[in-house]
Amino acid sequence: MSLHFPTKIVDTDILVVGGGMAGCGAVFEAKYWCRSKCKVTLVEKANTEKSGAVGMGLSACNLGVFTTDPDDPKPEDFVQYVRNDLLGMVREDLVYDIARHMTSTIKLFDEWGLPIWRDPKTGKYLRTGRWQHPIHGESYKAIIAEPCRKSADEVYERVYVTHPLLDESRPNRIAGVVGFNVRDGTFYVFRAKAVIVAAGGTSLLYRPRSVGEGLGRAWYPTWASGSAYAIPLLAGAETVTMEFRLVVVRFKDAYGPVGFPYLLLKMRSTDVKGKQWEPLPDEAKAELSKIFYDFAWAKPTPTPIRTWVTIQNLKEGRGPDLMQTQERLPDEESLKVLFEDYLDMTPTQAFYWASQNIHPQKTPSELMPTEPYVQASHASPGGMWASGPSDIAPKEYIWGPNRMLTVEGLFGAGDVVGASGHKFSSGSFTEGRIAGKSAARYVLTQAKDYKPTISNDTIERYKEIVYRPLEWYHKNKPLTTTPEMPPQYTNWFEIHPNYLNWYQLLVRLQKTMDEYAAGWGMFYTTNMYLLNRGWELLKMLEEDFRFAAAASLHELLRVWEVYHRLLVGQAVVFSMMNRKESRGYYLNADYPYIDEENWHVFTHVRRDPKTGQWSFRTSPVIHIIPP
Amino acid sequence: MPTFVYASLCKGCGKCVDICPADNMQYNPKNRKGYNADPISCAECMNCVKYCPEHAVDVRPYSDFAPLGARVGVIRDTKKNIIYWRIVFRDGTVYDFASPIRTTPWGSAKGALDIPERSDLDSELLALEDKPEYLGFPELPRPKQTVRIVGSILKAKQKTGGG
Ligand SMILES: Cc1cc2nc3c(=O)[nH]c(=O)nc-3n(C[C@H](O)[C@H](O)[C@H](O)COP(=O)(O)OP(=O)(O)OC[C@H]3O[C@@H](n4cnc5c(N)ncnc54)[C@H](O)[C@@H]3O)c2cc1C
Ligand code: SF4
Ligand code: SF4
Repeated sequence: MSLHFPTKIVDTDILVVGGGMAGCGAVFEAKYWCRSKCKVTLVEKANTEKSGAVGMGLSACNLGVFTTDPDDPKPEDFVQYVRNDLLGMVREDLVYDIARHMTSTIKLFDEWGLPIWRDPKTGKYLRTGRWQHPIHGESYKAIIAEPCRKSADEVYERVYVTHPLLDESRPNRIAGVVGFNVRDGTFYVFRAKAVIVAAGGTSLLYRPRSVGEGLGRAWYPTWASGSAYAIPLLAGAETVTMEFRLVVVRFKDAYGPVGFPYLLLKMRSTDVKGKQWEPLPDEAKAELSKIFYDFAWAKPTPTPIRTWVTIQNLKEGRGPDLMQTQERLPDEESLKVLFEDYLDMTPTQAFYWASQNIHPQKTPSELMPTEPYVQASHASPGGMWASGPSDIAPKEYIWGPNRMLTVEGLFGAGDVVGASGHKFSSGSFTEGRIAGKSAARYVLTQAKDYKPTISNDTIERYKEIVYRPLEWYHKNKPLTTTPEMPPQYTNWFEIHPNYLNWYQLLVRLQKTMDEYAAGWGMFYTTNMYLLNRGWELLKMLEEDFRFAAAASLHELLRVWEVYHRLLVGQAVVFSMMNRKESRGYYLNADYPYIDEENWHVFTHVRRDPKTGQWSFRTSPVIHIIPP
Repeated sequence: MPTFVYASLCKGCGKCVDICPADNMQYNPKNRKGYNADPISCAECMNCVKYCPEHAVDVRPYSDFAPLGARVGVIRDTKKNIIYWRIVFRDGTVYDFASPIRTTPWGSAKGALDIPERSDLDSELLALEDKPEYLGFPELPRPKQTVRIVGSILKAKQKTGGG
């Protein structure tokens, strides 16, 4: 069947995979420097206007301007904040680099038409907390997509990238990617001198707390499929600190973020007995410093510690924590601000209150730690290992152009680049710009004469691999009496001796990750036995992808999304197996404490693209900003 | 479940299919209407609801925690650039909200080639950052005073007695 789909080969200089915040920034900046001298192409699995984590809108640019103005923060302040929040696991060169470019990004957003709230007296952008500017952000992504589309030489939408292509005449050199169009099935081969991966974070890797039709209610959106890490991993690139993951405290079930209530409305949360936990009282900090050292005293309290407190309250029967919304909603205006915040960003939160008759001005709301996610732009350092800016990075962190991963010609930005959290939407866009300029420079100088070497055999082999689940389904379907489902629908419970559909593969992955790799069902706890066993089960799941079946192109998309998630899961478990301490949003019961003496290091895992063998190493964390 | 299409309203234009970030909205060639083919992958992002010109797509929030009875209406007006919401609680309480969504006309944002060309490909400065009002600083900042601490910053602090 695969042979019936046409193959389309696209040649370009710079290929950007993923048109989210980082991808749009990369396209814009790369084209600015390329002009007519090089071609910039975007490939995106959805519609760039509303794709990515910003697809449903947002309520703030969580990283704002840094200027000489005494009221504005300085890049140094930001590095110190991120360093504390990520319990020391941070690439200070990368974090500083983003902060020093933030002003131009916010100014561009403003000119393009993003409604950023201003102080009516001074005309300056308002701040909620130290780093973020509130916005009316329903159309945030649509506004950012517009200059991106205008800048790109070519845009391919509804094309899902499945595999990287390595150069066949040079080791460890990216030459392009392959993918397929989810509407017409065309097989795409992109050949490029530089590839910038900006394909967002990972949701649904762990068993979600939601059940049934609510399965899609995860905090990070369902369409974040982990390609950001899977594509580089398949190319042989190294990850960093993947074990750290991200568990955030959110409003229960609807997963509305809590930043706005805490920062703008100055709300507090308590346990069910009324004891306050946020802001964290000093006596609690003193107690927590026995486990978390000085990190417990950091201001603000690091996100992993705040999450840990909520988990502890649940475990000890004092939970769930309650957001005391009613204390801080004195009038219609403040209630309006609260509702509009969610309608802009997480509409389900507003529906949740409406459906359960919860009036936030009268009643508190339950909080809950989410299932874990893997993504690098929020309060977690897991992601890919990237080269730093040549003017400020320690020499150990420079092996190529800025934001190049450990594979020649392969760049990353946004959720992709690890050890540099807290970039959020605007910082991801900025990092995309940094990677875009860096890739343009690379293509116009160092890689000027490079031509990708990819044989026809390789292209045909990948084509077979990519469409195999479709063929497998149609070959095996007639073996049972189970009727075919209407177009596109998945038959969740179809029992077939020879195949597994994407839903069955996904649920196995989620169960394994939850029970063996510290999901919510295990109160985020694991041990060496569980990790080793989980690793074996993931291996078997990978083998079972031979039996993956897809009835339609939509299901084919889902199968590849689950495969990408599986690779992310393997990187997480392999990192956890090797870090012999607990740091981040999980507890390894065999090594339950932070070990600053031996484990203040980055962890890296790599999958050999030839053999599929995984390897592990550590590297030192080098701090460049004074304590 | 969570979004669905009213059969009587859908004209089969395909806008919902085009916009859904999760590829859930599909076109049924038999009755020539859109439908949510993969509701468990639906994030309730509401894009299909907002983009449907016939207001044929609606949402029935997740049944695993949302009792029936609440209603949600949304109109995204890209001429006035305002989004209007109506939230009806299960107990009948009604709230109307309206927020601006954009301050400039659609299609007016400048692309990369609309910004004057520069030759400093070797510098670390990005587009427009040759102007201080875009950069926010007279020149690109570098750490004022760099240190080199390998390993624990806490230990380094203890050694210097710093806090
Ligand atoms: C509910 C929620 C609220 C948030 N609130 C805020 C906030 O108020 N302020 C803030 O600043 N940040 C906020 N964030 C964080 C912010 O959205 C992210 O940090 C940011 O979007 C990350 O940008 P990115 O470009 O790395 O990834 P994304 O924006 O997710 O982009 C990834 C892109 O890659 C595409 N893609 C993925 N896989 C493939 C593939 N295999 N082939 C082709 N294309 C692919 C996707 O479709 C997508 O367009 C929030 C996030 C969430 C989920
Ligand atoms: S609400 Fe969003 S994810 Fe769900 S079907 Fe509509 S556009 Fe797709
Ligand atoms: S956008 Fe509306 S009218 Fe058009 S296909 Fe979808 S549901 Fe039907």
